Amino acid sequence: MTSTLRPPPPAPPSAPQQAQSPAPRPPRRRRSWRQALRRDWQLYSLAILPLLFFLVFRYLPMVGNIIAFRRFKPGGSIFGEYWVGLRYFRMFLTDPTFWEVFTNTLVLGTLTLLFCFPLPIVLALLLNEVRARRFKRFVQSVSYLPHFLSIVIVAAMVMQFTSIDGTANQLVNLFGGDPVAFLQKPEWFRTIYVSSEVWQTVGWGTILYLAALTTVDEDLYEAARIDGAGRLRQTWHVTLPGIRPTMVTLLILNIGSFLAVGFEKILLLYNPLTYPTADVVSTYLFRMGFQSSNFSYAAAIGLFEAVIGLILVLSANVISRRTVGTSLW
Amino acid sequence: MVTLGTKIDAPKTRGPVDSRGYRIFRVVNTVVLLGVVVVTLYPFLNIVARSLSEEAYIIAGEVTIVPRGFDLTAYKLLMSDAMFWTNYRNTVVYTVVATLISIVLTTCYAYVLSKPQLKGRPFLIGVALFTMFFSGGLIPNYVLVTSLGMKNTIWAVVIPNAISVFNLLVMKAFFESLPSELEEAAAVDGLNTYGTLLRIVLPLSKAIIATMVLFYAVSFWNSWFTAFLYIDRQDLLPVTVYLRNLIAGATSAESAAADADKVQAAATLQAVTIVLTTLPILAIYPFVQRYFVRGVMLGAVKG
Repeated sequence: MTSTLRPPPPAPPSAPQQAQSPAPRPPRRRRSWRQALRRDWQLYSLAILPLLFFLVFRYLPMVGNIIAFRRFKPGGSIFGEYWVGLRYFRMFLTDPTFWEVFTNTLVLGTLTLLFCFPLPIVLALLLNEVRARRFKRFVQSVSYLPHFLSIVIVAAMVMQFTSIDGTANQLVNLFGGDPVAFLQKPEWFRTIYVSSEVWQTVGWGTILYLAALTTVDEDLYEAARIDGAGRLRQTWHVTLPGIRPTMVTLLILNIGSFLAVGFEKILLLYNPLTYPTADVVSTYLFRMGFQSSNFSYAAAIGLFEAVIGLILVLSANVISRRTVGTSLW
Repeated sequence: MVTLGTKIDAPKTRGPVDSRGYRIFRVVNTVVLLGVVVVTLYPFLNIVARSLSEEAYIIAGEVTIVPRGFDLTAYKLLMSDAMFWTNYRNTVVYTVVATLISIVLTTCYAYVLSKPQLKGRPFLIGVALFTMFFSGGLIPNYVLVTSLGMKNTIWAVVIPNAISVFNLLVMKAFFESLPSELEEAAAVDGLNTYGTLLRIVLPLSKAIIATMVLFYAVSFWNSWFTAFLYIDRQDLLPVTVYLRNLIAGATSAESAAADADKVQAAATLQAVTIVLTTLPILAIYPFVQRYFVRGVMLGAVKG
């Protein structure tokens, strides 16, 4: 409409025309750096400290991974002494303990994903069906609570809960069993770890789903009802597709942190007796670095872990964009 | 129509009358959710009960959620431990200093990132976003912090995690939602960028800043690993590491079964330490919970 008011569009650009108008007024959007700096230097100056932070404490350590390829002496250069090539990578790839902890990581990561990803969805759907507002809010408040505790406190509570005189063994006694020192038994570690993750994260995990649930169009339920869909089918055909973008986003994020399974919690909860199931890549790396002082070796493992994490999140993102059209960026 | 007068008055969300199956579901649902509440709260009540109980009852495994043989010895014992209070004070100091630094850095950067026409903006955002998916890792970080001479100083605790990218995005989203006319008017009135930020934008951002303060403060209050890694001197540790050393000592003692008395004292002492460390969080939790929820939502919209 408005275009009719304007002068006719210029002819397609041709060589002479371009020569005619050299560049006295470049388009507003493409300001040169000098102009941008002159105009916005105060804004840029605000970014200096944060950028310095990212540079020193985020990007410098990335470069510091170079010690994975170099001989490192404590107290020497932070970038190591001399090149050793892939020696440390070959070392851990042929290290049977590494593959044990790698397997443990995969198992714990899979179990965590299996429980901690779907359970918040289930809880959110259940909460969504509650009509008594106050009861709903009460359940929400209580279930968010564990999220606010320090991992140390959670670990301490787990220890109390599973100790010989703790709640878990009171239940065992109730059913006539003998007390078990749960945290000393490798076969119990996975259960304890995953349960404590569930206890700590599921309630808080519902927040985003509950928010997404409020955005599902009421008309769709109406239409489904007219088509004769019951409650269950409404949930399946309307509610779940409605929160799918949230589900996919969180799934991608979960997959990205797959290998970084609760390092701090495991560090607090495991002990040499439970290493066979509890020791994961990050805790193994920690011991290699700080107990055996083998920094280069540990850095090589850390770099391997970080690269796999990046690959996982990138590929999950690509797959979800291709299949369901949702991606992180 | 049967005699369903009361049913019709009932609040209805979907469908005029609930089917029988759905009513059964609602009962089951309520029971399940009550179960969730019980499972979540039980460990807390259990710890409080243990902290107030006599050692003998705990060892006998008789303490559930009611204190047995009411006894405050462990509280007195811990309260008289000077190191506990030193560490507690450290936690407060670290939390305050770290939160201040974080808020200043995050606000500055988020404000810069919220300016749509700024040249180089995608790059500045990319710098932050990339660190969400790839990090240098434990060892290079440790080497760096050590070589900067920050070991055994407060800086090792408060600087390396100063900016959380998630919080940064939340704040950026908020600044983007402010009407740009306000700032244009400020510019016309002759305020420069700093003046606009301080006098116009920040007063409008009190709610989001409060949320950010809470986010950062809780995460610093709870953190233990950086201090555990970089601080060797006991009088510089935060209280979370105090608790960590207590439980780590207790388990090694338990597995060795060397010192029976120590183990016995440990049981209540641990519970008391847990209670006293959690108390501040529990005390403010009911009042601040909704700010957290709002902050997370804001971040999710634009994450």
